[in-house]
This record gives sequence, structure tokens and C-alpha cells, in this order.
Amino acid sequence: MKAKAADFLVYDEVNQIYRENPEQAVRDDVEKHYWLHVCRAVAKDWRLYLMLIPMLLVFLFWRYFPMYELLGCFKVSDEVKPVAEQLFAGFSNFKVLLVGDGSKTTEFWRALRNTFLLSFYGLCFGFPMPIILALFFNEIKSNIARSVYQVMTYLPKFMSTVVMTSLVTMLVKQGSLTSNMGIVSQLLCNLGLVSKEVAQGGLLNQPGFFRSIYQISGIWEAAGYDSIVFFAAIIAISPTSYEAAQIDGAGKMAQMKYVVLPSILSTIVIMLITRIGSLLNIGYEKVLLLYNTNTYVTADVVSTFAQRYGMAGAAKGIASAAEMMNNVIGMLLVIGANTIARKASDVSLY
Amino acid sequence: MKRKLEISELIFKIISYTLLTIFALCCLYPFVYAISAAISGRDAVEYSQVVLFPKDIQFDAFKRMFNNNMFWNAYSNTLFLTLYGTIWSLFVAILGGYALSKKRLLFRRGFNFFLVFTMWFSAGLVPQYLNYLQTKDIFNSVGITDDKWLVVIAMGMAAMNIILLRNAFEGVPSEIEEAAIVDGASEFQVLRQVYIPMSKSTIATVALFFAISRWNGYFWARQMTSNSNEHPLQVFIRLQLEQYTDPEFMAGWNEVFASDSMIYALIVCSIVPILVIYPFIQKYFAKGVNVGGVKE
Repeated sequence: MKAKAADFLVYDEVNQIYRENPEQAVRDDVEKHYWLHVCRAVAKDWRLYLMLIPMLLVFLFWRYFPMYELLGCFKVSDEVKPVAEQLFAGFSNFKVLLVGDGSKTTEFWRALRNTFLLSFYGLCFGFPMPIILALFFNEIKSNIARSVYQVMTYLPKFMSTVVMTSLVTMLVKQGSLTSNMGIVSQLLCNLGLVSKEVAQGGLLNQPGFFRSIYQISGIWEAAGYDSIVFFAAIIAISPTSYEAAQIDGAGKMAQMKYVVLPSILSTIVIMLITRIGSLLNIGYEKVLLLYNTNTYVTADVVSTFAQRYGMAGAAKGIASAAEMMNNVIGMLLVIGANTIARKASDVSLY
Repeated sequence: MKRKLEISELIFKIISYTLLTIFALCCLYPFVYAISAAISGRDAVEYSQVVLFPKDIQFDAFKRMFNNNMFWNAYSNTLFLTLYGTIWSLFVAILGGYALSKKRLLFRRGFNFFLVFTMWFSAGLVPQYLNYLQTKDIFNSVGITDDKWLVVIAMGMAAMNIILLRNAFEGVPSEIEEAAIVDGASEFQVLRQVYIPMSKSTIATVALFFAISRWNGYFWARQMTSNSNEHPLQVFIRLQLEQYTDPEFMAGWNEVFASDSMIYALIVCSIVPILVIYPFIQKYFAKGVNVGGVKE
């Protein structure tokens, strides 16, 4: 805003002198007593600010104080002292992880790679499935039949991670002297997809199978439920659009291409961008429940790496450094994805 | 006007019915198998004669589980965490969301950023673990020795849910609030008698999200509840799974049912309550996805 002389001084016609502009006096007053005005506003609306307090305290204590603990990644880790009193170690923890020559370096790079790959495969295989399912749901015209199908496919979403992983563990469990292997292992064995010896040893003990198990169980769990949002976009399409396309002689594929896809494209883009944004925020619980020492090669992600060294072990500084890197990259991805979403579609996620 | 299906449409219809049926059956099969395996006899389970339907039906696995006090204890702990956790989270989220929805709130952008930043950047497991340990010390020093309260109060708050509530409150027409204020309602009365009734469905959805995350919570509950009396159901299931798949423990197994049946019975018992209430909560579930936090 450009300041004008008239803002500060006004000409008094009667007395023929310049006076101070009374509005400016108010503005000056507001500026001078800014905090007083704030306090008055708070005092007047104290109920509103009182309502904020529980939320602020919860987030301060259990979301922001841990960020202070995260500073341990720059410190020499110490079991007894709090973070503030630990010795400053500069970037040595990061050096150990990134360019060291110990086992931690290789494990960290492996974990970072696994984190990225598990998310990326999830994006490649897990992301299209709900869209395809929604397209299929749209083909079923009977409401009852569609509800039955939908309820069946939503069902796995209602299990907790623990129950889901327990079920997976049991279905592909190893065989022993007294008991056969899990029923799914057997099925795969009979179909000739895996060899008998491998299945007998338990598929979850095979590094080569971890990613497939992770993705397939992920699709099984979430595809039906995730299709809701796409299905909602599809049924919002007006039937007249289809009719117009049919009159123009469009077959099913042409209808898909020119009617359905453009209508749900914005939903797909938003969902895709969200997925890309959370590429490094992989759910650690599921990995933690499914992996074991045999499958670290393909299963270990940064969070579980940090959990192993920082919570079970004592290398808190190094574990914090690993998480710091993971989370900073993750945050940049989220912010980047959100910016793109805002630019691309006028729809902001936050 | 009914028009004949074109050949491409017919083919697509057939394909979609077939694949959907296959997928739906695949989704359902593990549950059916779990139920069948839980009530089948020992030999039938161990030599994989159970494929779909139960064989040599027995209910001893269920009986043994129902006679286990730890199971009921775990169940009651989960109910405790779900009930009080949802109430606490909802209390914090409704008050916070209401305050943030007011345009006249000073530093509104700042408070919003304070909230949203936690969605972008989380400290991670190890710092949170250290933080929770300190909180536990503080709780113990003021005399709260039951770790369940720590789980209830310190965990399970999600910024996303507060933002959902904030958006719902913003959608309430301000004229109604003004009318209430003219009638002499205080801030709390406005919230209780105008805003909460008018955004019931969003509140129900958010409550459902909180309840589900509490019911399903595993990792922190396991880390923070040191005493096995305080373990919720999810932790109990996992510990049982670890025990029953341990070969050394299994060597001495001599029951009329297979050890697997115990795990399957446990899984069935943890899913059944959700299936019972599912028809009542389904609409909120679907709504929650569509709200999805997307703000235009």
C-alpha cells in the first residue's frame, strides 16, 4: 500500500491549518498497542481461546516435544542424560549412515531403498486396482448385487493390522513334522508357482517373496475400500453423457476413454498426488509384524531400522539420524505434491 | 427407450462380473477358512483336509479361549481404550476444530499451521518413544500408574480429523449462530446447541475414525503397557501368535484341536464384534472417504 500525505495530515478549512488525520491516530494507536488489543480480544473471547488449549497442549506435548528429542541425531547418544545435556556430535551420526563403511551404512541404504521400493510397487500395483474395481462396480446395475459385492470387498479393511498379518502368517506358514504348511502356500505349490521346498520353509522366511506378500495383502486389504471414492466419482457422471456417446456410435472402450476417464481424472490425479506425497511414509506396523531376520534384505524399511537400533538397541543417535533424513525427504515430497495439486486442479489437500 | 447392448458392452459386462466375483471370493475366502479351521478337528487342520468347510467339528479351541482370563482381560482393556480414547480425542478435536473454524480467532493461520505441520513432519519412532517414556515417568510421579491412561491421553490424536471437523463447522451458516447469540447463548451453548447438532454426521465419522484407530492400535500399546494385565486385544493376539508358532512350545502340544485353531479362533473373535456393528456404521465409513479432507 502506498502511503499518501493525506493519510497523515488533513487541511482544516476553517482554521486554515494542517491537522493530524484522526484516522492515522487510530492506526498509530493500533500499532502502538498491538499486544494490548490482542489481550483485549482474547479477554473478550476467552471461551474460544480456552477451547483451543487442550488441542494445543496435546500437540505440543506429544507431537512437538518429540521433534525436540529428534535433535538427538546431532548428539552423542547417551542412555542417562536428556537430549539437551548430551555432547554435540555434529553430523557424525549422518556420516556413519551415509558414507561409513560399517554394517550400519549398508543396512541404512538398503532400508532406504526398501522403503522407496515398497511404496513404489504399492503405487504401481495398489493404485490402479481400486479404479478398476470401481469401473467394474459401475457395470452392476442391480443395487442389491452391487451392495453384496461391495460389502465383500470392503470386509478385509475392518481387520486391524495385527489380525491381517496374523491371518497372512497363518495362511503361508511353514510346514513342520507334525503339521502341513499354510493353505495358500499349498495352493501356490499345487499351481506350480513356488517349489515345494520353498513353501515348506515358509514363504515369509523367503526374502524373494516378501514384497509380493506385502503388496498382495495390501490390495486384499484396501482395494475395495479405496474404490469408494472412485466409484462416487463415476456414479456422479450423468447418464445423458453415456447416451450421447452411444448415439455417436461409441463402443464400450470409446465410452471409457471419452466419458468415464475424463470425468474421474481429477479424482485420480488428486489420489495419485497424495500417494506420491506419502511415498516415504510407509506404515511401519505392517512391516514390523511381517518381517523377520531372514527377510531383512527386502523387508527392512527406515522406520524398522530405527526401531531396531534405537528402541530395541541403544544407538539412539544413529536411529534418530536415519529417521530425520527419511522424514525430511518425506516432508519435501508432501509439500511438493500439495503444491502441484494446488496448481494443477485448484484443489488443495490441506 | 431400451437399446440393445452392443457387443463390446456385453463383453465388458461379462469380464467385469467374472473378475469381480473372483476378487470378492478371494476377499472372503480367508475369513471362511479361518472360521472353518477354528472349528475343525486336529488331524483335519494339520493335514490340510480343511479347504472350505469344517471337518470333524469341535469347539474346544473356542472353549479354551473363553476360559482364558487373559483373553477377557485383553478384551476389556481394548474396550477401555476405545471408549475413553474416543471420548478424549473427540473432546479435544471438537473444541479445537470449533475454535479454528472461527474467522475472528486471532493468529488463526498460525494455529492452523501448527496443526498441519504435524501432518507433514513427524518426529519418528525413536524420539516419540523417548517422549512417551518421559510422559510415563511424569504420569507415574503424579500417581497414574495404569499405563492405559497414558495410551488414552498421549496417543491417537490426528490432525486430519480436527481439520475435518473444522471444515464441517465452517459449513454451518453463521446466521444461525447469530440468532443464538441474540437469544443470549454463550460460546459453549452455541457449540453445544447449534454446531454439534448441525454437524452430527461429520462428528460421527470422526468418532468412528478415532474408535477404529484405538481398537486397532498395536505398536505403541505394546511398547507402553509394560504389565501384561494392561495389554489390549491386538497385543494379546500378536503375543499368542508368537507363542503358538514357536516350534519349542508346539512340541508339547497334545490337545484334540490343532494349535492353529487357537489362532484362527482368536482372529474370528476379534473380527466378529466389528462385523456385528458394521451395518450400522457403514454409511459413516463411506462418507468419511468422500470427505477425505479435500478442501476446495
